[in-house]
Amino acid sequence: MVKINGEQLGIDGYSMTEYLLSAGYDIKRVAVELNGNILPKADYDETLLKDGDSLEVVSFVGGG
Amino acid sequence: MIPAKDEWQRALIYRHGTEFQKRISSSVVAVCGLGGLGSNIAMALARAGIGKLILIDFDRVDITNLHRQQYKANQIGLYKTEALMHNLIEINPYLEMQLHTVCIDETNTKELLTDADIICEAFDNPEAKANLVNFVLEKMPRKYIVAASGMAGIGSGNTIKTKKLSRRFYLCGDEKSEVSEKSGLLSSRVMLCAAHQAHTVLRIIAEEFEV
Repeated sequence: MVKINGEQLGIDGYSMTEYLLSAGYDIKRVAVELNGNILPKADYDETLLKDGDSLEVVSFVGGG
Repeated sequence: MIPAKDEWQRALIYRHGTEFQKRISSSVVAVCGLGGLGSNIAMALARAGIGKLILIDFDRVDITNLHRQQYKANQIGLYKTEALMHNLIEINPYLEMQLHTVCIDETNTKELLTDADIICEAFDNPEAKANLVNFVLEKMPRKYIVAASGMAGIGSGNTIKTKKLSRRFYLCGDEKSEVSEKSGLLSSRVMLCAAHQAHTVLRIIAEEFEV
């Protein structure tokens, strides 16, 4: 199980890109913290999510 | 009559205490984007006696900005950097500022933000927000970033919050309320979000790192 924004999801084995697209995120608008560290966008394709990972996905909305 | 510098410092110390004021006065904060968030963040930090502000925006003051941004009708058409500098100096005549009337992108971000201890993301475009946050967290490992997402509309002020995402990354807003044709930006709710950002900056300076 992978913890995403506090919720446990069975997405072990997905790449970061696969998860974000399947969940409907616009990759250009997100920042991802994996186990407390920023995950560089260049690494999304090759980063495979594994049991016990903890993710925070921030998806920015417009306005300021 | 403008107060002398030592009078000004004494007044700040009276309000904030010697130690905390010393920290505030020696901190450098960059404000990226000088719209509803950035102009209000800068106001709060200027009043608190921040050591130096790095103010960055490529745009000019427009009539549609005046309902929520810290500019005046007679400043329409001026660069926001210059108009805001003028307004901040009227409040804090001893404020040190560095102005950059440019568009931030990956080619100049590092150089523009080198001197900053804490960076405020105050853009309106969601991709620009994501780009700056990713850049700072990936490439500038000593800096703190205080970003904002979700402050449009007439929703409750109580839903605007500060979250700590990781050691150097704070996010203010309700994370949902996007600006749209149906849901515009109201000065009160944008100011709440800007106040969260400015307050988070001051808490980091005070070494109060939890939210």
